[in-house]
Amino acid sequence: MNWLLQPWPWYVSGPLLGLTVPLLLLMSGKTFGISSSFRHVASICSPNTKLTYLQENNWRGESWNLVFVFGIMAGAFIAMRFLSAAPLALLPADYATTGGMIKLLAGGVLVGFGTRYADGCTSGHTIMGISNLQLSSLIATISFFVGGLIMTALTSFGVL
Amino acid sequence: MNNFRVLLIGAFFGVVLIKSEVVSWFRIQKMFRFEEAHMYLIICSAIAVGALSVFLIKKLQLQTVSGGKIQITAKVFQKGTIIGGILFGLGWAITGACPGPIYAQIGSGEALALLTFVGALLGAYLYAYLRPRLPH
Repeated sequence: MNWLLQPWPWYVSGPLLGLTVPLLLLMSGKTFGISSSFRHVASICSPNTKLTYLQENNWRGESWNLVFVFGIMAGAFIAMRFLSAAPLALLPADYATTGGMIKLLAGGVLVGFGTRYADGCTSGHTIMGISNLQLSSLIATISFFVGGLIMTALTSFGVL
Repeated sequence: MNNFRVLLIGAFFGVVLIKSEVVSWFRIQKMFRFEEAHMYLIICSAIAVGALSVFLIKKLQLQTVSGGKIQITAKVFQKGTIIGGILFGLGWAITGACPGPIYAQIGSGEALALLTFVGALLGAYLYAYLRPRLPH
């Protein structure tokens, strides 16, 4: 059982992540995706909004998406608490400074804005969309990587 | 009952997100710096399993366990696919977390990830506000 507590190699964890696609389709008829949860939470937080994107959002009909992200939180808690020999380092230590916190907040804005504008993230586009052979999802995925490479280059050269 | 199944699948996904370590900022950095193949192999093998199962579901015209028709929501290409995609990529490299991992980081007790989540929520508001003026 010791292997269970170690990091799982890519040839185990990668296929298991992909298995989420048929599990959701077959067990609940839902198309895998996560970033729309940001839109739903925003709609719930502002019931009297005049912004059509949030107002016309039928989040009650899409509430499975919120149940799904609650499941992710629970699963992550279980994995970290009971299935890990050593705790996994998630963020660098200097993110606990004021400057680091501003970075996380600003980065979060980019994640939320970008995924809503692109209509999907690494789940909905990269795994689900490409699995469904959608050209738009391939283009989105390439764009994700272009953005990531630009930011990595900027930080490497000390611009940010 | 359906929601219970969704909760369990979410928990399964959350466990694998942690055990694959794709929720770690350090793994994301090593991917964008081409220092290790881990993330690329995970993403490609996940797509392989996903694509094979979507193919089989369509080919065999499978139904859901409750006998419902399986319909996959299509993603429409528009200018935001590229512009939004690049903006998301910039944020992914900073935070080390795409949307799934944000929730996984919060669930595993990383309090700082709450900032990433609040940022993402603000980003969704910003998109809702700017949407009428953005090219699509």
